[in-house]
Order: sequence, then structure tokens, then C-alpha cells
Amino acid sequence: MSKSVIEMPPKGGFSFDLCKRNEMLAKKGVSPPSFRKTGTTIVGLIFQDGVILGADTRATEGPIVCDKNCEKIHYMAPNIYCCGAGTAADTEAVTDMVSSQLQLHRYHTGRESRVVTALTLLKRHLFNYQGYVSAALVLGGVDVTGPHLHTIYPHGSTDTLPFATMGSGSLAAMAVFESKYKEGLTRDEGIKLVTEAICSGIFNDLGSGSNVDICVITKGGKEYLRNHLQPNPRTYTSSKGYSFPKKTEVLLTKITPLKEKVEIIEGGDAMEE
Amino acid sequence: MSIFEYNGSALVAMVGKNCFAIASDRRLGVQLQTIATDFQRISKIHDRLFLGLSGLATDAQTLYQRLVFRHKLYQLREERDMKPETFANLVSAILYEKRFGPYFCQPVIAGLGDEDKPFICTMDSIGAKELAKDFVVAGTASESLYGACESMFKDDMEPEELFETISQALLSSVDRDCLSGWGGHVYLVTPTEVKERILKGRMD
Repeated sequence: MSKSVIEMPPKGGFSFDLCKRNEMLAKKGVSPPSFRKTGTTIVGLIFQDGVILGADTRATEGPIVCDKNCEKIHYMAPNIYCCGAGTAADTEAVTDMVSSQLQLHRYHTGRESRVVTALTLLKRHLFNYQGYVSAALVLGGVDVTGPHLHTIYPHGSTDTLPFATMGSGSLAAMAVFESKYKEGLTRDEGIKLVTEAICSGIFNDLGSGSNVDICVITKGGKEYLRNHLQPNPRTYTSSKGYSFPKKTEVLLTKITPLKEKVEIIEGGDAMEE
Repeated sequence: MSIFEYNGSALVAMVGKNCFAIASDRRLGVQLQTIATDFQRISKIHDRLFLGLSGLATDAQTLYQRLVFRHKLYQLREERDMKPETFANLVSAILYEKRFGPYFCQPVIAGLGDEDKPFICTMDSIGAKELAKDFVVAGTASESLYGACESMFKDDMEPEELFETISQALLSSVDRDCLSGWGGHVYLVTPTEVKERILKGRMD
């Protein structure tokens, strides 16, 4: 009698069962694939009413731009947002996971989430994996204790700052912040400064590009300005486009009509005994 | 040699007006030797959802079987088909689970969602989703495909024009890639029918 192992959906967490095979392939000279990274310029600053976060929108796979308009500002809680740089799958997975944990925590406590809660959940997870989960984050939000801005590094260390930048374009953006930041900025001044910092990353860093996304979080609520500025529009498309007079040769065509959706009529006759 | 270049593949999906098209090449090779010229890379999950898997063929087949299993369980529990967005999340979660020992596949998901709105998405081998509004590409020919699609794509194309565009983009890109080719396989899906066509390409 053969032992059959029922393939049940796993309980959660990472599964390492393909590691041995992948190591064997690596020894045979097969190089592992490169993962999609978000080269990135991400920034955050504290202004007089709250926090402003900014990010560019380019995702790269090696030297190729694979997404010209991706979203790098992730939702954590109604009053907390997080920008992510590093391996795209890691930033998405980590922010999604902590966002769900914060929601459960809100149900348990019945209170609005605090930024330090998100910070601790993220840093514990990242430290646990000793930097192998390659996510560098800028976390910002406004809670009962006031506005907060933190940076989290892939190994799990954190900093609490009035203005912060991360990613490959962080030096370009930090240069702008260091010269123009002052305390007590108004909303419009803050947005203008963040836009300038991200643009500096977009134009000077090769790993960042495309558009500027901004998120303004205040005590009253949040404003997500997706594609607030688009300094790189596509102006060279020809208006007539391509036309293909000589059609592609087709060897075989198979047409499958799709089933019509059946309408269920409510209140039909009841079954009689 | 990269693991993705072991078998060779080319996949592209494009969005049109209330329709989408997904296309792949047909070659299966073992490095530089061609061992099949009719390999199916695109599989149907349900009537309005197609999945293409590029990369290592063995991992593509295993991953496909796992996903069909999960979708069938879902159908039994929910008594309906999975929406394309939900399916994309499922694929992303299954790939990220293997973050430190991944499947060497890049999926391309294409489906018609609510109100017949087309949905396309691709991911890297650990599940980082890329939702595009126009086209997505994967495989060894991806660099040529990016270029071809970027110039040939137009918004809101009718089904027949979309078919012509995706076929031209696919065939011109695989012609510049040694590891993919031997024709093309195009699925054009509209709310009323699925048209599957096999294209004649260069056989080298």
C-alpha cells in the first residue's frame, strides 16, 4: 500500500522545500534569477499638521524598466502609510502582512493604530530574517500622540527623524532636504519640497524615474495624490500608429463560444409535497 | 547561464476594448537543442481566465498543477469561478511562500473581470505583481517584446486589430531570440467567445 500525502494548503509562513534543488542547480553553474527591485527614491517629512510621504514610480528588473508606473506608497492603516524600496515582492508582502496584523490589533483594542506599533511589527519581522527579506521602508503617520516619521532598514534597525530618504536616489533627495527643510512648513510648502526631492531622484538617479506620488497624512485624514506630477510624459508616439497590411499567417483557428450566464429568477414556485 | 535560459520562452498579453489577448511561442528546448515545437505555455483556468507560465518548464508544469488544484477547491467552496484579481493574489502568495527557494517561473495572468473589464498582470519569480493597463511581457525574449509592444500598442483596439498587433509583436520579438520561436499560439478572449489561433513563424 503506498503512502499518499494529501497536499493540503499550507498553514502560512515560508516554505523551504525547493532550497535543496535550487542549491544543486547553483552548484551546476546555473545562476539564480534576478528579482524585481524598486530602484527608487522614497522620502518623508514632518510638516506643521502631519506627515508627507513621497515616492517615484519606476520598477526595474536588472537594467530594464519593467513597470513605468508602479505604486510604492503602501497602505498600512487609515492613518499610517509606508513607502517601500528594495526587492518589490518583499516590500509588498511585508507591508500587506503588517497591515493585516494592525487591522486585527485594532479589532482587539478598539483604538486607532499607532505608528510605533507598525514600526515594532515591521522591525521584528525584518530582524527575524536577518536582512534576507530585503525591504527598506519609510513609515509615516499621525496618531493620538502626534505625527511620526521612521525609517526601517532591511536588517531591522530603525531611525526616527523629522525628514528621511531611502533607496538608490536617497542621496539626491537628501541633498534637497538638507538645503531647504525647515520646521513648521505649511502643507503647500511641504508638498513642493517633497516633489522637488523626488524629482531630484528621478532625474539624477538611474534606478528612479517616471512620476511623483505624494501622500499627505494629517489628524483629519489622508490625501493620496497618485501621479501628482508627471515630468516624463510620452511625447514621441506617432499619431497614426502601426498598420499591418500584410496579415500574419494563421495555421489553425479554433473558436469556443462562451456559455451564456444563466439568470436565476427569484421567487419561483415553491415545491409541493 | 541563467536558469530561465534553460528552456526558453516568450509570453505577452495585451488589453483591448472589452477583450484581451495572450500569446506565447511554441518552442521547448534543452539549452540549444529543440525538443518540441508544439509546447503549450498558456493554460485555461476557467472560461474567462488564462495563465501563461514562462521560465523553467518543469516548475511551470508543477506550479500550474498546484494552481488548478487551489482553483478547484475554491470553486467547490464558493460555487463560482475566481476573479482574475483574486487569482493574481493567489499566485503571488504561492510564489512568495517559496521566497528563499523559488519556483523559476514568471507567470502572465490575463482574464475578464466584472463587467467584462480585461485584467492583465505579470510577476517576477517571487510574486511581485505588476498590474499594467496596456501590456505585459515575460520570458527570454522579454527585452525585444518590451520594445515591440511599446511601439506597436494602441489604446482601445478592437479584437481583430488587437490580434494582429499582438501577433506582429510576438513574431518580431522571437525572431531576435534564439531560445524562443517556432510559431505562436494566440488566445483572443471577448465576452462571447475565445478564439485560439496558431501562427506560422520562422522555424529556426
